[in-house]
Amino acid sequence: MLNQKQAVLLERPAKTNDVLPSAPVKIQDTDTKTVGQVTVDKPIMTTRNVDVYYDDKQAIRNVSIDIAYNEVLSMIGPSGCGKSTFLRCLNRMNDTIESARVTGSIELEGHDIYDKKTDVVTLRARVGMVFQKPNPFPKSVYENVAYGPRIHGLARNQSELDEIVETSLRRAGLWDEVKDRLREPGTGLSGGQQQRLCIARCIAVNPDVILMDEPCSALDPIATARIEELIDELRQNYSIVIVTHSMQQAARVSQRTAYFHLGDLIEVGETSIIFTNPQHKLTEDYLTGRFG
Amino acid sequence: MSTPLLIAVLLLLAAAAFEFGRRRALQVAGPEFRTLHSLPRYYGSYTALWCALPALILLGAWLAFEDKIITILVIADLPAAYQSLSEPELNLIVNDLRNQLSGNVVSRELNLDMQAAVKHYGSLRATSKAALAVIFLSVAMLGMGLAWRKIAPDFWARNRVEAIVKVLLIICSTLAIFTTIGIVLSVLFESIRFFRAVPVFDFLFGLEWSPQTAIREDQVGSSGAFGAVPLFAGTLLISLIAMLVAAPVGLTSAIYLSEYSHPRFRAAAKPLLEILAGIPTVVYGFFAALTVAPLIRDAGTNFGLDVSSESALAAGLVMGIMIIPFVSSISDDVINAVPQSLRDGSLALGSTQSEMIRKVVLPAALPGIVGGLLLAISRAIGETMIVVMAAGLAANLTVNPLEAVTTVTVQIVTLLVGDQEFDSPKTLAAFALGLMLFLVTLALNVIALYVVRKYREQYE
Repeated sequence: MLNQKQAVLLERPAKTNDVLPSAPVKIQDTDTKTVGQVTVDKPIMTTRNVDVYYDDKQAIRNVSIDIAYNEVLSMIGPSGCGKSTFLRCLNRMNDTIESARVTGSIELEGHDIYDKKTDVVTLRARVGMVFQKPNPFPKSVYENVAYGPRIHGLARNQSELDEIVETSLRRAGLWDEVKDRLREPGTGLSGGQQQRLCIARCIAVNPDVILMDEPCSALDPIATARIEELIDELRQNYSIVIVTHSMQQAARVSQRTAYFHLGDLIEVGETSIIFTNPQHKLTEDYLTGRFG
Repeated sequence: MSTPLLIAVLLLLAAAAFEFGRRRALQVAGPEFRTLHSLPRYYGSYTALWCALPALILLGAWLAFEDKIITILVIADLPAAYQSLSEPELNLIVNDLRNQLSGNVVSRELNLDMQAAVKHYGSLRATSKAALAVIFLSVAMLGMGLAWRKIAPDFWARNRVEAIVKVLLIICSTLAIFTTIGIVLSVLFESIRFFRAVPVFDFLFGLEWSPQTAIREDQVGSSGAFGAVPLFAGTLLISLIAMLVAAPVGLTSAIYLSEYSHPRFRAAAKPLLEILAGIPTVVYGFFAALTVAPLIRDAGTNFGLDVSSESALAAGLVMGIMIIPFVSSISDDVINAVPQSLRDGSLALGSTQSEMIRKVVLPAALPGIVGGLLLAISRAIGETMIVVMAAGLAANLTVNPLEAVTTVTVQIVTLLVGDQEFDSPKTLAAFALGLMLFLVTLALNVIALYVVRKYREQYE
């Protein structure tokens, strides 16, 4: 059943794993240099020297980082440091903000996502996003999950659609709780269930990368624990980039951690190393609670 | 003193009372002014309110009953011969007395008794006026004095003032309600009179409208027919045409303005669109009658159609233009109220902007849009001027938009314009029509409010 769904997805022209990636763009030397391990061997996404401006104000400076297959990369840092801005660059959600301007290079499997030939619709189908506040559509649970497959034409008939909905809800760990109330409005679920519904909605279009923007900040500890478990399970199939304010959460769910500070990417490294032995003074200060 | 002068004096007194009260509060508190329960200005307001309100209530009551009491006193002093007259005759005499007093034309020569009565009337009026001035000002002073004496550091002036203000607010809010009730009742009673002359059934389901009634017994051919169906059919036809214009145009312009247009374009275009709502309907009316109607007639002739120069189509089209801003403005607000998080959610799943609008934004905004459409419909149903000028007066029962039709509101106007007797069914029919129209628009508004309220529960 899964194979069939994946087969449908593979037919999409944009999903071209077999196209040879162009040579990765070199990181240019600048005055702000990120310490730690920025690159990985086989990245799914690479970003090189990314700057983002809102009008004339620079929100992030010169960020270069790789995202590996099947890893959870967490991004931490004090408020206003540009984590969310950077996250929103990865699926071009910043396009919706009139004043935002992005320079540098961001590639998904070797294709520049800001290239004129890149269809932002296909990009977002491959790089899904889960937001800070659960935002289910005011439709039924079923319709929420079926929304993505419908607009991308992933199901040829009703039974295929049913299957995709069930698989997605199961993967999001929500199926048992909602299987009897698929026709009830998604907005009627609890906060944690709503967020898992949003995750199910996101994985229903079978993306390669899932971006999560503080997905647990509006949830209670139990719901948070449930989502964290889910993130760990999802790693089998997806690359996940998660912005979080909770250092404990970053330590619990991620394999690599990136520390942002006032628009600069200060340090990247294995989560275990960053938390036990940070190399940069700012990272250490933040992790030990000296500010933030 | 005349009433405006009295009120002016009272305002001055109240202003003085405010100052007295404030100073008194500071004075009784002395250096310990922080121990005052309320701010000094509340003591001032308290004194001013006590000065003005009782006096104003007295003034209102006095002006309401003054005339009646004086009349009773005058009649009581008339010679016995007059006392036995019937009430209408007495009224006539009193009217003459009044007219004589104010120098107007009187209907008869006044005899000695009457002249005495006129003098009596005049003196009573003068006394009343003087008494009013004295009592009015004393009440004001007394109120001020009483309030002034009460002022003490532990007197809760703020609470008292706020209680009084709350009562004033309640009175003002009920004023509108009572006015509405009054209008409804007056229309209702006149309608009941109409339904005594014309059966309800004939009115509601009659297919012919021809409200000419005979003035003389022997007049021929004007028996009158009060079937309201052609009028409501005409109203519905014109409203339907108007909505066929306004709903799509208004909705699509709202979608463009809120979702696609550049903010600067929106900032300019939205007020311009709303200007449409500010054009007086009479201007739309002659635009419809002089420009649109001939245009349609000529166009119809080219296609070999027989179009009357006053047509439902002309009136409906122009009315549709008129209510576009109602639809577009409300829809635009409602669409804008759909949270950005829902749009983001849809876009992040890889939907195009149009998919997002069609599948997420519009369904979420739909109840609000429906509410806006219903408000526009009630506006269209109540519209008069455009129809008077562009759709004609002929009460044809037709669904052909190229013919002349008439609407409920237009008929109400024509029934009441000119010299009318207020007991003929012809005139009373206007009230029955008004009542029906009121009920229809009320129902629409209730539905609109219900839908809009339901919409509020949608997200959050």
